[in-house]
Amino acid sequence: MSVASGLVFVTSTAQAVLNIEITQGVEGAVPVSIVPFGWEVPQQNAQMPASLAPPKAPPVDIAAIVSADLERTGRFEPLPPKDMLARPHVDSEIKFSNWRIFQSENLVVGTLQYMGANRYKIRFRLFDVFKGKQLEGFSLSASGDNLRQAAHQVSDIIYEKLTGERGAFTTSVAYVTASGQGNARRYSLWIADADGFGPQSMMRSGEPILSPAWSPDGTQIAYASLEDKGHQVVFVQNVASGRREKVSFFKGINGAPSWSPDGKSLAVSLSKDGNPEIYVINLANKKRRRLTKHWAIDTEPTWTPDGKTIIFTSDRGGRPQLYQVAVTGGRSKRLTFEGQYNAKATVSRDGKKIAMIHRTEGKYRVAIMDRESGNLRVLTDGVLDESPSFAPNGSMIIYATSKGRRGILKAVSVDGSIHQQLTVPEGDVREPAWSPFTQ
Amino acid sequence: MKFWTKTVLAILPALILLGCETSGEVEDAADSGVMSSKTMDDSSSSATTSGVGSDDAASGESMGMGDKGGSFSGDPLDDPSSLLAKRVIYFDYDKTGVRSDYRDVIKAHAEYLAGHSNVSITLEGHADERGTREYNIALGEQRANAVQRMLTLQGVSASQVRVVSYGEERPAALGHEDDAWALNRRAEFIYSR
Repeated sequence: MSVASGLVFVTSTAQAVLNIEITQGVEGAVPVSIVPFGWEVPQQNAQMPASLAPPKAPPVDIAAIVSADLERTGRFEPLPPKDMLARPHVDSEIKFSNWRIFQSENLVVGTLQYMGANRYKIRFRLFDVFKGKQLEGFSLSASGDNLRQAAHQVSDIIYEKLTGERGAFTTSVAYVTASGQGNARRYSLWIADADGFGPQSMMRSGEPILSPAWSPDGTQIAYASLEDKGHQVVFVQNVASGRREKVSFFKGINGAPSWSPDGKSLAVSLSKDGNPEIYVINLANKKRRRLTKHWAIDTEPTWTPDGKTIIFTSDRGGRPQLYQVAVTGGRSKRLTFEGQYNAKATVSRDGKKIAMIHRTEGKYRVAIMDRESGNLRVLTDGVLDESPSFAPNGSMIIYATSKGRRGILKAVSVDGSIHQQLTVPEGDVREPAWSPFTQ
Repeated sequence: MKFWTKTVLAILPALILLGCETSGEVEDAADSGVMSSKTMDDSSSSATTSGVGSDDAASGESMGMGDKGGSFSGDPLDDPSSLLAKRVIYFDYDKTGVRSDYRDVIKAHAEYLAGHSNVSITLEGHADERGTREYNIALGEQRANAVQRMLTLQGVSASQVRVVSYGEERPAALGHEDDAWALNRRAEFIYSR
């Protein structure tokens, strides 16, 4: 993630750091071994000024970050370094028998080398332990400030090689925290790395912040804010500069922004006509187009990845259900028929699945529907789940829920087998939005 | 379900207006408001007498209770026994129609506001925490709008009423059970004086 600065930007605080833990992993997660990386520094030169001297210790523990990334997916079980019988850094040092005893299917060894002038080189190799064969060998460079991101890139490479699926370890998550009570309640919009590290505050307010949504290129975030004495308006904020623009501020509700796949338009819900309707706003010329015309509530629009359709929540049938309408307008078609409450749709990147909030036995849970067959499956066992958001690789859905009296985030794999919990040290956390791939 | 609600809302104001016209004859304290109070001499049955037409002099000057039990001089907004003291309208789950038991409260506010064109209010709509946040913002707005519609049909100028919705964002009660949810599905009258 790029480092932001600007008017509404405030530096990161420990208060908003997300702590992520696996609450349920897959049966038989794959045992792997990520050996602590070797640390290489150039020969000290007597003439070298002190300012150019290499750091005494590696600034980040690459292997620890990679292990945590892989473990967090619930699909891998890294061997704790303290149990390792050897700590090879290069292929010639490896004795595969040392790893076969632990049933470790895969082994990663590598080095972190200081190149001078705050530059580093990471070299690593991935092995199949039982075949005794190298699967991947890579070297990448990074500045000291980007070493964590580089470590996540190593995770991406390993994960893709072992699962065939693109890794999402270098992505970010936006979320809203709320702390304090009554008039002292404060809301903040944050962006953190996908592992919860390095939260940066994008916006703070004494009034609620809702529905953060990433632009498709990851450079901007749209959100709805009640900061104008409860009047809900939509802003688009640049992630790097912190500069923001008010893009929709009609009388009534201006909410639920969703980016078109080309990044040129926002779908929103506006109640300026008396009740909430779905509109598309062209961000360049601010021209708007109305897509729905119904006295019911029409809100929570989301685009399908082909950019041709908008799926939204409407209670026109008496209860909230999902409908779709062509972006060119026309008749709306109902999509959900199972249960009496289906809302807040979000579509997977391949366009095949819709995640939503579905009420079952009085409980609000994350469900996923296959668009072709219409089959619906409940993925979570919460009571008050909200705001599902797909990881860009489609593997996980992050969502908000409650634990006791606190708002927390959870994530679930799309097959329902892996569950993570994401908490902040104090207050409530809600409204998660997983960023797109940014490279 | 929704259709039913809409129909009632459309008919409701007509019923209330009819009620207004006949209120001079109805000897019911709850029905007495700005319109009828001038013609009603029995001050003990009226909570709103001194507020009528004297908005400047009466601003917030509470005179306390006299020896005629229940009488109140000063701005009727400050009279704790007035219907105007009721500032919260509660709603049923996923419903935006105003329940009939709140008609008198809304009527009292309507009459006060119609008689005090310099007073403005914010109607805050709210929802309970169940369901999705933006849908709840919409529900809250529709609740506040339902109250606003009843006010304007009873002569309150649209410029006196500002509607906002907080959805589930500002609960009045913090619990996660039916009792708390019932308190959170509401529209609140916020007077700015």
